[in-house]
Amino acid sequence: MNNNKTDGGTDSGALLDVKDLRIEFPTRRGILTAIDGVSLRLNSGEILGVVGESGAGKSLTGTAITGLLERPGRIAGGEIHFNGQRIDNLPAEAMRKLRGKQIGSIFQDPLTSLNPLYSVGRQLIETIRTHTDLTPRQARARAIEMLTQVGIPAPEQRIDQYPHQFSGGMRQRVVIALALCVNPKLVIADEPTTALDVSVQAQIIELLKQLCREHGSAVMLVTHDMGVIAETCDRVAVMYAGRLVEVGPVQEVVKQARHPYTRGLMGSIPKLGDEVEHLVQIDGAMPRLSHIPKGCAFNPRCPYATARCREEKPEFAQAGQGEVACWLWDGVNPATDPDTLFAEVSQAQRAKKQMNAVRPAPKTSVQNCGQEV
Amino acid sequence: MMNAIVAQDSMVAGAEETAAPILRVRGLKRHFDVSPPWLNRVLERRPRQFLRAVDGIDFEIRKGETFGLVGESGCGKSTAARLAVGLYAPSSGSIEFEGVDIGPLSRKQMAPLRSRMQMIFQDPYASFNPRWRVSKIIAEPIRVFGLLKTAAEVDARVAELLTQVGLMPADGDKYPHEFSGGQRQRISIARALASNPDFIVCDEPTSALDVSVQAQILNLMRDLQRQYRLTFLFISHDLAVVFHISDRVGVMYLGAMVEQAPAAELLRNPRHPYTRMLLDAIPDLDMSGRARTPVSGEVPSPISPPSGCTFHPRCPHANARCSVQRPATIVTDGGGQVACHAVEEGRI
Repeated sequence: MNNNKTDGGTDSGALLDVKDLRIEFPTRRGILTAIDGVSLRLNSGEILGVVGESGAGKSLTGTAITGLLERPGRIAGGEIHFNGQRIDNLPAEAMRKLRGKQIGSIFQDPLTSLNPLYSVGRQLIETIRTHTDLTPRQARARAIEMLTQVGIPAPEQRIDQYPHQFSGGMRQRVVIALALCVNPKLVIADEPTTALDVSVQAQIIELLKQLCREHGSAVMLVTHDMGVIAETCDRVAVMYAGRLVEVGPVQEVVKQARHPYTRGLMGSIPKLGDEVEHLVQIDGAMPRLSHIPKGCAFNPRCPYATARCREEKPEFAQAGQGEVACWLWDGVNPATDPDTLFAEVSQAQRAKKQMNAVRPAPKTSVQNCGQEV
Repeated sequence: MMNAIVAQDSMVAGAEETAAPILRVRGLKRHFDVSPPWLNRVLERRPRQFLRAVDGIDFEIRKGETFGLVGESGCGKSTAARLAVGLYAPSSGSIEFEGVDIGPLSRKQMAPLRSRMQMIFQDPYASFNPRWRVSKIIAEPIRVFGLLKTAAEVDARVAELLTQVGLMPADGDKYPHEFSGGQRQRISIARALASNPDFIVCDEPTSALDVSVQAQILNLMRDLQRQYRLTFLFISHDLAVVFHISDRVGVMYLGAMVEQAPAAELLRNPRHPYTRMLLDAIPDLDMSGRARTPVSGEVPSPISPPSGCTFHPRCPHANARCSVQRPATIVTDGGGQVACHAVEEGRI
């Protein structure tokens, strides 16, 4: 159970320390491993982005940390430490106290995370009073203060309104206020801006950043929007098929990705001002949990896959200032520029193909699918 | 109206075909009656209310071109799209498809045109009958328009369509739930292609997909467009996607077209303050550290839109005139059109 991802012992100052987390779903057809050996560390005041396609296990990781994993899902291995305390095996009641007070959550759809039958103020006051010993009057004052902080105009009036009277962006602000009203140390934000328009999205991101700066909270930002990550995060973790493939400072991951999957993901994002005929395309789709390939889970879609990738699961290796789980980086100087490395690998591949050009080469570039099968 | 140019049969291949608009929209309006019930109106003296989803827009789409429509939710993009294929009847204004105004056409008169326009929706799953096999879903337009006679011909065509969109002919025997989001969107593209259309309206076709899958679908759409000279009306709230796929882009705000221009021009030189605001709001992938202009406010209700220029409450350049008078559309030097007093007066 010793994944080489973490360095040092448990109490090395990290606010959140997830070690070799493994989540399983037992089904009639066998056990599905949804999260396979994920290790993450998050320091106070840091914003960690978690990206990946749908089904990569991003949200599930967040759910496990908040202890909201639903049956039949279960933590089958690994540990989650929060503030020096192990929390993955806490009894429900103790976890409930921790949640809300120490760990706040923001979900994608603000309408479903607010109770439509209670006024916004009642929900805020209830949360505040559950976790602090403020009087009702003080709690109300605090609620109004929170609504002001998240930029809701006329909070004194709006506090007595119901969720349906708020627009989408305003509702998300309320949810943020709700998550931050008792100054949690950690906020798990699961796709907080996905349901919003770009203009409102920018406002919400800015708000989240500012509030975390002021409160000193750490944020785990789960999203599939690389633009949001680039704007917000300090570090990024990229997930694929329930595993971490790359972790590193945001600059490196966005601009000089070291894992072929991250590179494909970055290339598939249309960029303003780039006039390209075709976007970079990763062929195929993410495997189902029941059919995760042997070795590196990405190997069937990877243009650089070798025999080793199909057999052995790659371990994390240092690359740049981050870490990457890819055999390409095995034994390579971590300071190597990824662009150079990938250019070399492609060239070597081409040379090899020319050597044994018995048949026309299969397509290698990440382009041109969808026309013939 | 002035439709002399398009009166000729544009099916004839030729150089002039490129210039002829396949779709021309003039002063298009669609208002929805959202009045309280009659009794409430009488007893409580409440007035009639109209939601002006689309409030007078003009645009043209040339054959083989992609026209992108962007704007925040509730700005009337989808209503405009549905109007363009005749799913809604316009309240006023005209929609000419190859020179024929489709607004006043009856169902019967519309039928021959229908097969030539198709639509791709955001959520393909919701637009499929879950109890039909994929082959039946794709064959539906062929059957409805009576395009092929024998079952064998239909089967062959369905197999061909499935192959074209990157699926296997054997996938036709499956049900929609057996496919992933991206594959479902491929099926809905295959269905849209089944009747050999010239014009396809794509309403947020990639919004529900992951970026990697989105790239596959966008590449596929572009290939198909080149292959069949399709014309797209492409709607999305994702500006990067719209600018990637479109030749011309129109920006809508509260039912009005505030600016339209060739995509590159609009990106390089956005004129309308709203366009600038939208472009500014896009997260910066290059991490140039550019400070974003904070965007304030949200879209007002289209039931009681602000007076004058509907954007004036959020506009940093608004003055007294903006709150009173609705701006007229003026032509800019970059080949675009913009409706803004500040641009007209040369203030910005």
